Amino acid sequence: MTSSAGGLKSGLIIPILWGLPHVSVASNIDMRPGVTAMSERIQQIHHISLWVCIVVGIIVFGAMFYSMFAHRRSRNPTPATFKDSALVEFIWTLIPILILVGMAIPATTALRDIEDNDNSDMTVLITASQWKWHYEYLNSGISYYSNNATPDEQIDNLEPKDEHYLLDVDNALVLPTNKKIRFLITADDVIHSWWVPDFAVKQDAVPGFINEAWAHIPVAGVFRGQCAELCGIGHAFMPIVAEVRPEEEFDAWIEEQRIAAALAGEAAVAARAKTWAMGELMSIGEQVFVKHCATCHERDGVGQGSKYPALKGSEITTGPLPDHLGRVMDGKSDTEMQAWAPQLSDLDIAAVITYERNSWGNDVGDLIQPITVYEAR
Amino acid sequence: MVAHAETVQKPRHPFLAFAARWLFTTNHKEIGTLYLWLSFLLFFIAGTMAMFMRMELFEPGIQFIEPLFYNQILTLHGLVMVFGAVMPAFVGLANWMIPMMIGAPDMALPRMNNFSFWILPFAFTLLLSSLFVDGGAPNFGWTFYAPLSTTYGPPSTDFFILGVHLMGISSIMGAINIIVTIANLRAPGMTYMKMPLFVWTWLITAFLLIMVMPVLAGVVTMMLTDRHFGTSFFDAAGGGDPVMFQHIFWFFGHPEVYIMILPGFGIASQIIPTFARKKLFGYHSMVYATASIAFLSFIVWGHHMFTTGMPLFAELFIMYATMLIAVPTGVKVFNWVATMWRGSMTFETPMLFAIGFVMMFTIGGFSGLMLALVPADIQYHDTYFVVAHFHYVLYPGAIFGTMAAVYYWLPKWCGHMVNERLGKIHFWTATIAVNMTFFPMHFTGLAGMPRRIPDYSLQFADFNMVSSIGAWLLGLTQVLFLYIVIKTIRGGQKASDQVWEGAEGLEWTVPSPAPHHTFETPPVIAEDYGP
Repeated sequence: MTSSAGGLKSGLIIPILWGLPHVSVASNIDMRPGVTAMSERIQQIHHISLWVCIVVGIIVFGAMFYSMFAHRRSRNPTPATFKDSALVEFIWTLIPILILVGMAIPATTALRDIEDNDNSDMTVLITASQWKWHYEYLNSGISYYSNNATPDEQIDNLEPKDEHYLLDVDNALVLPTNKKIRFLITADDVIHSWWVPDFAVKQDAVPGFINEAWAHIPVAGVFRGQCAELCGIGHAFMPIVAEVRPEEEFDAWIEEQRIAAALAGEAAVAARAKTWAMGELMSIGEQVFVKHCATCHERDGVGQGSKYPALKGSEITTGPLPDHLGRVMDGKSDTEMQAWAPQLSDLDIAAVITYERNSWGNDVGDLIQPITVYEAR
Repeated sequence: MVAHAETVQKPRHPFLAFAARWLFTTNHKEIGTLYLWLSFLLFFIAGTMAMFMRMELFEPGIQFIEPLFYNQILTLHGLVMVFGAVMPAFVGLANWMIPMMIGAPDMALPRMNNFSFWILPFAFTLLLSSLFVDGGAPNFGWTFYAPLSTTYGPPSTDFFILGVHLMGISSIMGAINIIVTIANLRAPGMTYMKMPLFVWTWLITAFLLIMVMPVLAGVVTMMLTDRHFGTSFFDAAGGGDPVMFQHIFWFFGHPEVYIMILPGFGIASQIIPTFARKKLFGYHSMVYATASIAFLSFIVWGHHMFTTGMPLFAELFIMYATMLIAVPTGVKVFNWVATMWRGSMTFETPMLFAIGFVMMFTIGGFSGLMLALVPADIQYHDTYFVVAHFHYVLYPGAIFGTMAAVYYWLPKWCGHMVNERLGKIHFWTATIAVNMTFFPMHFTGLAGMPRRIPDYSLQFADFNMVSSIGAWLLGLTQVLFLYIVIKTIRGGQKASDQVWEGAEGLEWTVPSPAPHHTFETPPVIAEDYGP
């Protein structure tokens, strides 16, 4: 591992620290080195401060333990009487200040670089909402949602948990290697925080404001993180997966996405043209419900108190269809019920409404076609 | 007046008499006792919530507690521990000890003292009753960040707001009382620079309280008007700013963490000299260090917010100011070590807790210093590393400090010595358990486990299991503590007035147990009294 400029300066000021950051600590109890130059630099700052603390701790606790051993009454029956020393106080005020200056220098230089968001090669707008991420590639016009992909059966201990339990998503954020990628981060509802430890990027997503961060990733691979700011009941279930690909593969992926978006448009047209049967809508609707609605309203539609109302036997799900459609499409303001019109396809909305009206003892019996949703948009 | 005195009162039912005695008491010792018992009760309530959380976190997956309820007990655990366990415990100690340490007959404002205590049971009833209302208790963490707590908060958020207002009023009145008592009721000859350090640290704490509790009251009022009266302080859609909430909250919140530790510094500074049989080293520098910490606490609030998108200049300023706190804090630790140095030490239970306090608080101080470095904080922030940090300063810090004080002064309060064997068992089991609970959290945090989650990925499983076992052991040891306290109150070896051989100070000149009224005439302070 090569040392950065920041590490060098601190090394010159406090020579004892110079070698220490390179002493490795067992990997499962240490801060992750990550894969970017910045994440390695941050790990080094962590090591410098850790070793300062360990050395100071050994001296102070060593003195205490020695004193507890040697200056106990059985060994030292007559206590000394000294109670003050301006010189000693001065020394142990001054030395910590010097050590702190030594620690502040690498931290300051690193921070200056962290905050330098200029000259980026591309920009991704990250919008958080309860409890998913939305990625928009501002340079190429591609955008999509990224949802937790760990099935409820694993969370509820009904199935064995797989390797990436709670760290898996349906659509990963795909990034190119060796580009300075600028992230613009914001939120739709409450504060979230976008964090990928291996990039050393953690930035709060604040509704109504846009924060900046950047990463320059030299290696390809899959890197995982989680939302880091308490954002409601789904906070633990809001993973981030970044797939870093070599530049050519990334460009190919962008092209694929363009084609896929065009195909999805055609599929939507086809879905509108078709008259769907109850059985088809019910099975699609169940999948959509489990993925998007069950966190709050529960799998069996019973909800969780008045905050997350029951859909089973509720006025909306058993009442007039237009009200139900409106609630799903536009959400309910100032609550966690978000507007689903921008997030789901016509077919998905039609299916989930049909499912809600005909499940868990709800037996309205009607169904709604994608074309109706399309017209309501 | 004469007529009054001669009025014959009907004998009251024993329960009514008991209730009236505690409800109407204006005696500082009785009010101190009330504060301490209330804090003990709330400590167990909030601790039980922690036990439930550790039960859910024992293994990955959702086993016992749904995320919604997890967030509720997570919030109440923090709020009740901070406002219900730690703060009232310190106020209780202040009530009991400050008048006795400065030679005053009572607190300066006894009726207000009664009022400031009796607000609290109502405040916590209001807060805890939110568990039973529709929509559940507050579920946004003890830091109640907007807009999760405003636009998206459950209906019970209003219970919480009113509860916090009541706690704030109580704290402000308590703080005023302490300042007025110290300023006016010191015995002749008890100059400021002769006051015991516990009194000094509480005086500074009281100033912190009256400066920041109104800020807390302000921020919850802004929440209330955002929720119900159409304002948009914290809503960007109306021209407000959610991050402004955090600035205001932490302007209260950072001094608040020193409110929860400075009296603990005072306690350690009383106990260590007693059992080292040596004067406190560097008394003056201890006072100045405490004051410096208090001052610095007002200019470092932003270190809780390094990932919110602050400008570079603000981040640098806050980082340097935060690092600077290590200097006076270091001075205090060095002074305690120098006090022990070449003393003639014995290790009774209060001394063990005081040494445990110094060592483990220092570990929390170290991680605090690491957290001050902004680049590293980007990785630490909102992970279990932070959970480990603040539990180290609060549990073996504030709570061990309180326990040290209880073991130290309980013989003076009830006239019986504590069973040393039980006390030592309590200390050692608590010390093992507290480290087993909180030390592994450093590792899970560094490995990337976010805080405030009811479920986690598999890589964090081993350390979480260790933490959970440690936490249950820790919970058990506090039941032992309760048993020890009750046993000591009910009987035991008779305590002398001096209690501890090496103890100095006015509180040791009054009988054990301390009579209902002490220092009705001011004591004579000897010329050579003091540090």
